[in-house]
Amino acid sequence: MLSTKSIQFEYTGVPAFSIPDIHLKAGEELLVLGESGSGKTTALNIIAGLLKPQGGKVIIDDVDIYSLKEDKLDKFRGKNIGIIFQKPHILSALTVMENLQAANFFAGKKENGSISTYLEELGIGNKKNAKVNTLSEGEAQRVSIARALVNQPKLLLADEPTSSLDDKNAEAVVNLLKQQSKKLNAVLIIVTHDQRVKDHIENHLTIGNRVGRNRHTEF
Amino acid sequence: MNLVKLSWNYLLAKPLNTGLNILLLSMGLAIITVLLLMQDQFENKMTRDAEGIDLVIGAKGSPLQLVLSSVYHIDFPTGNIPLDEAESVSKNRLIKNVIPLGMGDNYNGYRIIGTNHDYLELYNAGFREGRPWEVAFETVLGQEVASKLELEVGSRFVGSHGIGTASHAHDEHDYIVVGILEKQDNVLDQLILTALESVWYTHDEDHDHEKFEQPVATSGFPSSDQEGREVTSLLVKYRNPIAAVQLPRYINSRSSLQAASPSFEISRLFELLGVGIKLIQGLAVVIIAIAGLGIFIALYNSLKERKYDLAVMRTLGASKATLFVHIILEGFILTLLGGLLGIAIGHFFLWLLVINNEQGALSGLRPDIFLAEELWLLGIALITGVLASLIPAWNAYRTDIAKQLTGS
Repeated sequence: MLSTKSIQFEYTGVPAFSIPDIHLKAGEELLVLGESGSGKTTALNIIAGLLKPQGGKVIIDDVDIYSLKEDKLDKFRGKNIGIIFQKPHILSALTVMENLQAANFFAGKKENGSISTYLEELGIGNKKNAKVNTLSEGEAQRVSIARALVNQPKLLLADEPTSSLDDKNAEAVVNLLKQQSKKLNAVLIIVTHDQRVKDHIENHLTIGNRVGRNRHTEF
Repeated sequence: MNLVKLSWNYLLAKPLNTGLNILLLSMGLAIITVLLLMQDQFENKMTRDAEGIDLVIGAKGSPLQLVLSSVYHIDFPTGNIPLDEAESVSKNRLIKNVIPLGMGDNYNGYRIIGTNHDYLELYNAGFREGRPWEVAFETVLGQEVASKLELEVGSRFVGSHGIGTASHAHDEHDYIVVGILEKQDNVLDQLILTALESVWYTHDEDHDHEKFEQPVATSGFPSSDQEGREVTSLLVKYRNPIAAVQLPRYINSRSSLQAASPSFEISRLFELLGVGIKLIQGLAVVIIAIAGLGIFIALYNSLKERKYDLAVMRTLGASKATLFVHIILEGFILTLLGGLLGIAIGHFFLWLLVINNEQGALSGLRPDIFLAEELWLLGIALITGVLASLIPAWNAYRTDIAKQLTGS
């Protein structure tokens, strides 16, 4: 389902990263750990098709995504990858409902009535027509999760989804992500430095090693 | 959800900015619309009113004034000319036909014009009701006069001296309405027409009621019943093209008369007005340019706040081109609304002008006529919108998603 091959990336002025090869089957989960600045968000961006690496391949569902043309890659991402960012990043001019409709629209999928279902399942059904600036942080986070799910992606990526939440909410969010990705039979990758998440997911990958002395982790 | 709705939602999210830009643009376009409508209809009206009139002969003075007063009935007459002189000049072989006009009175601001039936024929005037005048003090009303003053066939009214409203009334003898014209869309709509004799008799000191019953002249001049009869002006139709060269020079050389060509004077008038019109047009163009700049600045600034939103759209599957179109659409929708509103306001302005100038030069202009040029205006508005949003749209196109979302 998802595999990466010898991915290398470097910022100007900063030594190159390499990301250990990852092979995950549909329905599997992975926790990517690392200190801030270790490059784990960069790794997530690369896997999400948002940032082209200097070397290596990302293969999702038998497609080498960086061999796609840019607009094809955008569509592919919209259809197959759901991303939850550290901040909710909800489209400010739209209501909750319209945000999810926009996700359908950009991915080129028909609205199929699943929007209301997701909002209900995530406990924000009553916020359907709310403007984004009236939501609490927790609610906004849930909206961004619902938006990541609404196109039924094959790969679900979450970047520090729990960092601004208390223990109770953090656990709820992780469980929600696990539960929903199981339902979709999707690969779930959570990138975090939050130790509270550790116990919930078996597969761990720690990154943050420079090229040359990286420790290979096999799965 | 579609792109139009998406762009519309972002416009609605900034109602003040959006409103201001639409208003600014629509004001600029409204000014141009009014100018276009007025220019077109004014020129049409001017040409229609002067059709069949090659030359106006009247008292010495400003030739433009003579044309405005005798053809368009908006300015004051230059004075009167003696009947015998008028008759002798009319016998010139270069003249095909002459229509005498006598003015000086009004009823509630509508001019009473003494003339003969040729004047009706000049404009092919049809009757809605009644018949032409046959004896003195019988009148035929233009359609607008009848409807505005609520007069009908059989109504009686008293004229008052002067061209404008008020001043003293000629209460010795009242006029009676015998006919009402159909709507002509020319100057006749605002005139009260009667026999030249009516105008003479109403100014006489003694009132010989017997001659009031005599049939009046329907063509040419009435026969002079006493010394010192005058007419205000003569509308002349040439017999042949040579007349255009010879006749004005011949008449102007005679001391007490002057001849003025409507087409020449009107083109001179438009030349004079042209400077003012150009100035207002320039002002409107500047306003439109400012509106364009306003749209550009609004989009450019909002883009800074929206870089996250744009990046999120990319992660959701929108391509660079989609974002480009999304921003262009915002400018497009904005200017489409501004353009439509501007044209509507333009017509509304004209309507306001017309209802506030019922008897002036603007009366008879119609705010409900739309011109093909207005589509051009809309086109110009849309081009402004697209141009103003090009740079912001290009910025949106280039947005680096990963950088925006992670701040790295």
